[in-house]
Amino acid sequence: MHRAYPAWLLSLAASWISLAIAITLLTKVLIGDPIVYLLGDWAAPWGIEYRVDILSAFVLLLVSGTGSIIMVFAPRSIAQEVPEDRIYLFYTMYLLTFSGLLGMTITGDAFNLFVFLEISSLSTYVMISLGNSKRAVTAAFRYLILGTIGATFYVIGVGLMYQMTGTLNMADLSVRLPAVAETRTILVAIGFLTAGIGLKLGLFPIHGWLPNVYTYAPSVVTAFLAATATKVAVYVLLRIYFTVLGVRAFETLPIDEALLFLGVIAILSMSIVAIYQTNAKRLLAYSSVAQIGYIIIGINLLTTTGIAAGILHVFNHALIKAALFLCLACVYYRIKSTKIDDMAGLGRAMPLSMAAFVIAGFSLIGVPLTAGFISKWYLIVASIEKGWWIIAVLILVSSLLAIVYVWKVIEVAYFKSRADGSVSISEAPAVMLIPMWVLVGANIYFGIDTDATVGTAMAAAKALLGE
Amino acid sequence: MIPEATILWSVAIPLIGSLGILLTGKSPNLRETITLATATTMFLMIGSLTHLVLGGERPSISLIEVFPGIDIEFMVEPLGLLFALIASGLWIVTSLYAIGYMRAHKEDNQTRFYIFFAIALSSAVGVAFAGNLFTLFLFYEALTLSTFPLVTHHGTPEAKRCGRTYLGILLGTSIGFLLLAIICTWHLTGTLEFRPGGILAGKVEGPMVSVLLFLYMYGTGKAALMPIHRWLPAAMIAPTPVSALLHAVAVVKAGVFTVLKIIIYIFGIDFLSASGSNIWLMWVAAATLLFAAIVAMRKNNLKARLAYSTVSQLSYIVLGAALATGTSVIGGGLHLAMHAFGKITLFFCAGAIFVAAQKTLVSELDGIGRRMPFTMGAFVIGSLSIIGLPPMGGAWSKFHLMLGAASAEYYIFIAVWALSSLLSAAYLMPVISRAFFLPLSKSIGAAATGGIVLQEAPIFSLIAIGITSAGTFILFFFAGDIANMLAPIVMSKN
Repeated sequence: MHRAYPAWLLSLAASWISLAIAITLLTKVLIGDPIVYLLGDWAAPWGIEYRVDILSAFVLLLVSGTGSIIMVFAPRSIAQEVPEDRIYLFYTMYLLTFSGLLGMTITGDAFNLFVFLEISSLSTYVMISLGNSKRAVTAAFRYLILGTIGATFYVIGVGLMYQMTGTLNMADLSVRLPAVAETRTILVAIGFLTAGIGLKLGLFPIHGWLPNVYTYAPSVVTAFLAATATKVAVYVLLRIYFTVLGVRAFETLPIDEALLFLGVIAILSMSIVAIYQTNAKRLLAYSSVAQIGYIIIGINLLTTTGIAAGILHVFNHALIKAALFLCLACVYYRIKSTKIDDMAGLGRAMPLSMAAFVIAGFSLIGVPLTAGFISKWYLIVASIEKGWWIIAVLILVSSLLAIVYVWKVIEVAYFKSRADGSVSISEAPAVMLIPMWVLVGANIYFGIDTDATVGTAMAAAKALLGE
Repeated sequence: MIPEATILWSVAIPLIGSLGILLTGKSPNLRETITLATATTMFLMIGSLTHLVLGGERPSISLIEVFPGIDIEFMVEPLGLLFALIASGLWIVTSLYAIGYMRAHKEDNQTRFYIFFAIALSSAVGVAFAGNLFTLFLFYEALTLSTFPLVTHHGTPEAKRCGRTYLGILLGTSIGFLLLAIICTWHLTGTLEFRPGGILAGKVEGPMVSVLLFLYMYGTGKAALMPIHRWLPAAMIAPTPVSALLHAVAVVKAGVFTVLKIIIYIFGIDFLSASGSNIWLMWVAAATLLFAAIVAMRKNNLKARLAYSTVSQLSYIVLGAALATGTSVIGGGLHLAMHAFGKITLFFCAGAIFVAAQKTLVSELDGIGRRMPFTMGAFVIGSLSIIGLPPMGGAWSKFHLMLGAASAEYYIFIAVWALSSLLSAAYLMPVISRAFFLPLSKSIGAAATGGIVLQEAPIFSLIAIGITSAGTFILFFFAGDIANMLAPIVMSKN
């Protein structure tokens, strides 16, 4: 059973089936009420409840969609980067992470979420350590330590809430919490929950694990994690903040302003740090921390437009980063490096891969007609609506910084010629190019036809705010 | 063909053409035929809209709703039509010129060159026909990005550096200021449409008008107000056909066109002049047009001198818009046409000198008029128009602009324009006097035989020079018609 091919087929099938289910779920909840499933037929506050509303269906779609495309892409890249006798292990761990992430999204139970969080986290550590650099192991270990602290903080927070309310069901918690909202226990719980989830989503300044993980994990794993893992953590934050605590909790504890501040620092400082990177994967990793800052800003504006912009950017940024990291996977597949200096001359040698990088890079910057532009537009509109002009300006400043770091890669690829002119590099194989270009196409499509994404994000934001 | 479809085809044809260029890259003759055919078809398409627009119609079409209430939308009005006609018409001429230039100069990557040229033209016409600010912004950015590979065509470290300046300033200002201004406008008014009389009246007041105007004017980096003009001299690193069509016509005119559109259709000239927020802009534009002319005098590189001359001339139009009277705005529109023909002629000449004699510096041009009489004759015509002397087109636009200053009762700017005419004479006439009156310098050649050998630029380039210089002269007689065509943009009110 340790053969690579059947393992891949199985993972591919599982991903696509999940995608089909996610699409079905989303179309159902968009027109009707949330769908509820009681595990083992135990009634809600006592048993574990699975609950799919618009937001969770949207995130399910995101996770299974990017998973499906990345699985099509994966086999060639994995065969090269992971030792052959461990390839089955990669697919096993991928499936565990995949189901963990889907579980976190679908569950309506705060403790059950912790269980899925651990399933996905533990298998993620293994996936990262499969990277072919020795530093992959240390990166995985560091993430294991910090990730475990995060998960522990989360479970402490849930424990404190349980102590005050006697329930773990999210819907039930939201009913019982207001009565005890101002107690010190709950305030401490909010602190633990925020820090715990913040660790998992790469919140500045507790993002320390992220750059090394993204840099040293196998290319495909980086693409998958960047598009899904941090995004599901954002989903958990939204759930805890708005479904469980409710927007009124922010009146007693002004944590929104603190996070807004951290978000602004993140989009500026991390973009600047990204400019100084010499490895393209690491550059994009820091860019991810910055982009998470945008999401945090959107959410903590606490308005419908703001939260919708945050959700929108979760989706759009997943598309952007998945496409960009797959480009780098193609680059690594051909030149065994993602150092920016080694990418010289690739504009000519790998025209399709680099064109994809340019377009996805435009989306990252927020050039019109790309998905990235749409979420930035709403973020700026939301900040102006709220009267936070300065944030609108800083978002634009950070976009300018994004031009600098994206252009750094583009300039090397197109303006420098290869030092070792003798070795000819060919374009990545079609099985890798096609899924990558599907993602690039999605970046353009969702930059033009925004009905589906904006509509869903708006509906989800309204539901979170109870409007 | 129904006018709506014509609009779409005008934007789409160059894109289809660029595909054709890509496919025929292996055979240069076929490739250039496609470029010429594309340019001609596009010009005819746009031309076919003329009688409709002159008849008072405003054909429009909306494509897709990107945000609720914000569509990608095209609308043809006189100013945009004028800009589109100039850009597409001069594209035909420039293509002719480029065939001569690029081949004589044995440039690499010519297929890529023609592809991005076509995309840039599509974007320019997209700007011209944009029906709302959002669409305009979209094509404005596309124009920046599509011209970047043209600016950095040679791929040298120098080109890369200039490319950074180019992209940095144009993208930086448009994302940092213009986008912010657009989103503010959307927030304040709930619309981004170009409406006669403007959309901001009554929606915003006090210092906020000035702030918005600042964001718009400095967001439109392509209009090259000082101190954000540096991208334009930097762009001169490009092959001359690019400098000629894109950085004397399409790109820079897209900038001042955006300025005119915003002042006419977003602020509304009455609202703007009543608010008094336009006064700072007048002074900034006046300062730019004088300073740039002074800098131009000090540039020895001919293309750099012409670039600073363009910076100066663009501010004529910005000043015309800032004065916010009917006459000055029409003068601005008129100058858009006149400067286009005059300056493209000058750039064509500069390129011809470079190809035929490998000279780029003004100080090296002694006596070149004897060797290239045709080219330098055209240079005289172009110069006269830029200076604003009859019987060249540039005389009329300057006349309208000055009249506009008078009707706005800012007489000081009449003096500014008069001074600027003197300054432009001061930076253009030395080139002419060197070329014709000084003895032929040894380095220019013909030394072996001792006699003067007539050695002109390639024939395709000469034809192009002939057409644009003739155009500069002919426009003198049609200035009135163009002014009449533009009249409705400041008259019709809601």
